Amino acid sequence: MWEQIAANRRKSFMLVVATALLLMVLGYAFGEYFGGRGSGPYGVAVAVVVWLVMTLVSWFQGDQVMLAVSGAHKVKKEDLPVLFNVVEEMTLAAGLPKMPDVYVIDDPAPNAFATGRRPETAAVAVTSGLLRRLNRDELQGVIGHELGHIRNRDIQLMLFAGVLAGAIVILAEVGLRGMWFGGGRSRSRRSGGGDSAGIIAVIAIVLAILAPLLARLIYLAISRKREYLADASAAVFTRYPEGLASALEKIAASPQKLAHATRATAPMYIVNPLAEAGKMMARATATHPPIAERVKVLRGMGGADFRSYQESFHQATGKKGVIPASALKDDGGAGLRPGSAGAGAAGSAAAAGPRASQRTLARQVDDFFYRKGGYKQIPCSCGTVLKIPPDFKSHQAVCPRCGKVHDVA
Amino acid sequence: MIVLLILLGLLVVIVGWFVGVYNSLVGLRNQVKEAWAQVDVQLKRRFDLIPNLMETVKGYMHHERETLEAVTQARAAISGAGSIPDRIKAESGLSAALGRLFAVSEAYPDLKASQNFLSLQEELTSTENKISFARQFYNQTVMNMNNKVQMFPGNIIAGMFNFQPETYFEVTEEAEREAPKVKFD
Repeated sequence: MWEQIAANRRKSFMLVVATALLLMVLGYAFGEYFGGRGSGPYGVAVAVVVWLVMTLVSWFQGDQVMLAVSGAHKVKKEDLPVLFNVVEEMTLAAGLPKMPDVYVIDDPAPNAFATGRRPETAAVAVTSGLLRRLNRDELQGVIGHELGHIRNRDIQLMLFAGVLAGAIVILAEVGLRGMWFGGGRSRSRRSGGGDSAGIIAVIAIVLAILAPLLARLIYLAISRKREYLADASAAVFTRYPEGLASALEKIAASPQKLAHATRATAPMYIVNPLAEAGKMMARATATHPPIAERVKVLRGMGGADFRSYQESFHQATGKKGVIPASALKDDGGAGLRPGSAGAGAAGSAAAAGPRASQRTLARQVDDFFYRKGGYKQIPCSCGTVLKIPPDFKSHQAVCPRCGKVHDVA
Repeated sequence: MIVLLILLGLLVVIVGWFVGVYNSLVGLRNQVKEAWAQVDVQLKRRFDLIPNLMETVKGYMHHERETLEAVTQARAAISGAGSIPDRIKAESGLSAALGRLFAVSEAYPDLKASQNFLSLQEELTSTENKISFARQFYNQTVMNMNNKVQMFPGNIIAGMFNFQPETYFEVTEEAEREAPKVKFD
């Protein structure tokens, strides 16, 4: 995998430089526009400072920013044991040096992402909607995909791209608004500017409009190849590509939109949270390959190694390979394993079949957010667990199933 | 003079290559050790979980003395296993015995309703998964190591410094085939 890792490092560097240039040009144009003639260099200085801060922040705090922006809560093993176990299992399969921190986002839309600068400090986040819908095998596939991103060092690049592109989008928006409201006035005060001020104003507006598009193009540099490679990694780790395939289908079938996703964070997710179906442009510039294609490639795999993924990819798309040569060279030639549908067998993924594992996952995530929301849980002797909201007034509650009265202390 | 320089240059290149291959061999051997340590942690964890499981299950499964004894015996066999191949055999025996235990547990609704049992079951199956994933990674690392040790030119240096090919952790066929035996009647 070393070429992939090296390519990611190189691209991260290029991304940082490209953002610097873009910010400086923006800074110059805004400086000339707002500060009058000759103040372009000050704008550049401001841009350089902004760039420096952004880069340092994304280097040292980027993952924390991402997690905070997406509203993720850190979880411990007691909170969500099944999710935690699955992450630990995939950590072992991927041979990562340390288990990533686990986060949950309270959002009905099923999705997941990984972030962090190095594998040692990485984190994975999944939405509660994902945990409510998937069974254990499918969750394993999704986590395998995310840990694939971590092992292939995609996360660092995505982090830079996310934070920096986000900065550009924000700056451009601030600039544009400034022009509509404050900019006009300040210019009329300095009417001496004349033609050149007009030209610079036009350039500034054009730039402010183009910058988000440029940021989007930077995103495309984070090629879709990475998604295919992470899918392949998940198949190799789990030796059960069907798990990820059916998870992708379930995610694609869900009508909900992720509340916290922005254009800046979209490429980090396993499935594009902003995807709009049926648009030609959307397809051409999508940060993720179409799900149907990913599913087809996964289902066509004859074994559980990178070579089978490569072959299946070639058959499904007619395109040449997506797997770097070094990964193919070190291939294990491992076979597929049966899923937990044939439950009971030793070593199968879930103890109690896919149906039961889905219920367990859903219950655990519900309980977690009930606890988080300050709900009190009272187990009734009939098996029901009463969930008492924090603003519950009465001192007693009746079990809705058996009618037993409980004291709410 | 020039000939001497060329010879010197050649020597530097050869020594450099030598050091490079040697270091990568040492690196691989450490990776194999590390990967085995991960497997070992999980095997120990399973070993430690079993008494707890037995304690929980005992009260419910009155008619399964044989199955329970098989698990206890399989666990005891692990402590007795000395060499690595013996250990591997004993561990897969325990996997099979546990598989049978969970299969028959389906017939005890009271047991299946016990929160304690359910969380132990999740813990044990997950540990079982972790063992097989850690094993998968270990075998991959062993393969990388063995390729380096046995293929030319690495084998020259491996031979000089006594790097041995490592053993794979393979589950014995017998144990895997034995696992699912569920009777519905």
